[in-house]
Amino acid sequence: MNDHSLDGNAMAGLLGEIFPFEMTSVRALCAGCGAMEALGRESVYADAPGMVMRCLHCEAILIRAVEGGGRIWIDMRGVACLQVHGE
Amino acid sequence: MAGTAVLGRLTWQVGEVTGTRTETPRTRSLIVDLPHWPGHRAGQHVDIRLTAEDGYQAVRSYSIASPPEDSQVEVTVERLDDGEVSPYLVDEAQPGDQLEFRGPVGGYFVWDVSRGGPLFLVAGGSGIVPLMSMIRHRQARHSDIPLTLLYSVRAPQDVIYRAELDRLAPDGVTIAYTFTREQPEDWTGFARRIDRDLLREAAPPLNTRPLVYVCGPTPFVETAAGLLVELGYDAGRIYTERFGATGRER
Ligand SMILES: Cc1cc2nc3c(=O)[nH]c(=O)nc-3n(C[C@H](O)[C@H](O)[C@H](O)COP(=O)(O)OP(=O)(O)OC[C@H]3O[C@@H](n4cnc5c(N)ncnc54)[C@H](O)[C@@H]3O)c2cc1C
Ligand SMILES: [Zn+2]
Repeated sequence: MNDHSLDGNAMAGLLGEIFPFEMTSVRALCAGCGAMEALGRESVYADAPGMVMRCLHCEAILIRAVEGGGRIWIDMRGVACLQVHGE
Repeated sequence: MAGTAVLGRLTWQVGEVTGTRTETPRTRSLIVDLPHWPGHRAGQHVDIRLTAEDGYQAVRSYSIASPPEDSQVEVTVERLDDGEVSPYLVDEAQPGDQLEFRGPVGGYFVWDVSRGGPLFLVAGGSGIVPLMSMIRHRQARHSDIPLTLLYSVRAPQDVIYRAELDRLAPDGVTIAYTFTREQPEDWTGFARRIDRDLLREAAPPLNTRPLVYVCGPTPFVETAAGLLVELGYDAGRIYTERFGATGRER
């Protein structure tokens, strides 16, 4: 983990435009290593254009997202499963 | 709020700056009126978007300093001299100005009195901001949950909310500062960056199983949270929020 990494909290606003629930407490299953973790705890890098979320345990890319010009591109192939709590 | 509430999704909304307060030579609070504000929880943040005349946009996150009990939203921003967004918010934004907001966001780094305590808050520099919302919430609820704040800054003049922190009733509240570069003349407290011994001395006893919130620049958060786990504090009760490489080391 390097000095300018952020955590999932930093991606909450962007994810909140896509998903109808609060995403930092949603847990994700990493397709790389099988670890299950709250998105708020994962590592996020915002220096690239857009944001990259990486698995806290194996560093595999979980989510990549770019927003601009009224559009959002999101690539979630690193997430095998999301665990969402109902109301 | 109607539109966002139905879908439960966030959208950008315009807020008007209604007041500003200089906190330290490098930080300023902006008080914002957001007509469609759904309310927030202590620890959450907003995203602020600035748009230049040529259409270029920059988005940054800022923690909410005000407690959920307040109707207006307050953020506190530290100026990074070579930064894109913070110098504008600290030096230029004026009452009457309109800014774009997305939020409140975050449900992980939050606290309210129903979560209990004892509470151990660890702040590095502007990392105090979301923790201040928690402290203000605790006060607004007249809660007696024991609160310990460890606050690391470079010099005494960098302490944000100093007057308000000094006014907190001493019962149940313990505040320790560590001044990493410059100390007041008669200072007998901590005068170094956070390390194992410092944490051991400042933290509530292990057997009280404190609920811990750590916030500040990324290296600060990594160090503090890592050491607390090494000291035996329950990793499942330690919540962290990293602000990134925000400016100066501490
Ligand atoms: C969840 C969250 C909450 C936050 N809450 C607050 C808050 O309450 N108050 C507050 O003041 N800030 C807060 N921040 C930080 C804030 O979002 C901005 O990062 C900060 O204001 C800097 O923005 P800027 O546009 O001024 O600087 P930028 O233009 O983004 O530059 C940032 C600074 O870091 C340096 N920098 C940039 N990239 C690197 C790199 N790769 N390595 C080393 N240094 C680099 C730059 O030189 C510059 O000094 C929060 C951040 C997050 C993620
Ligand atoms: Zn993984």
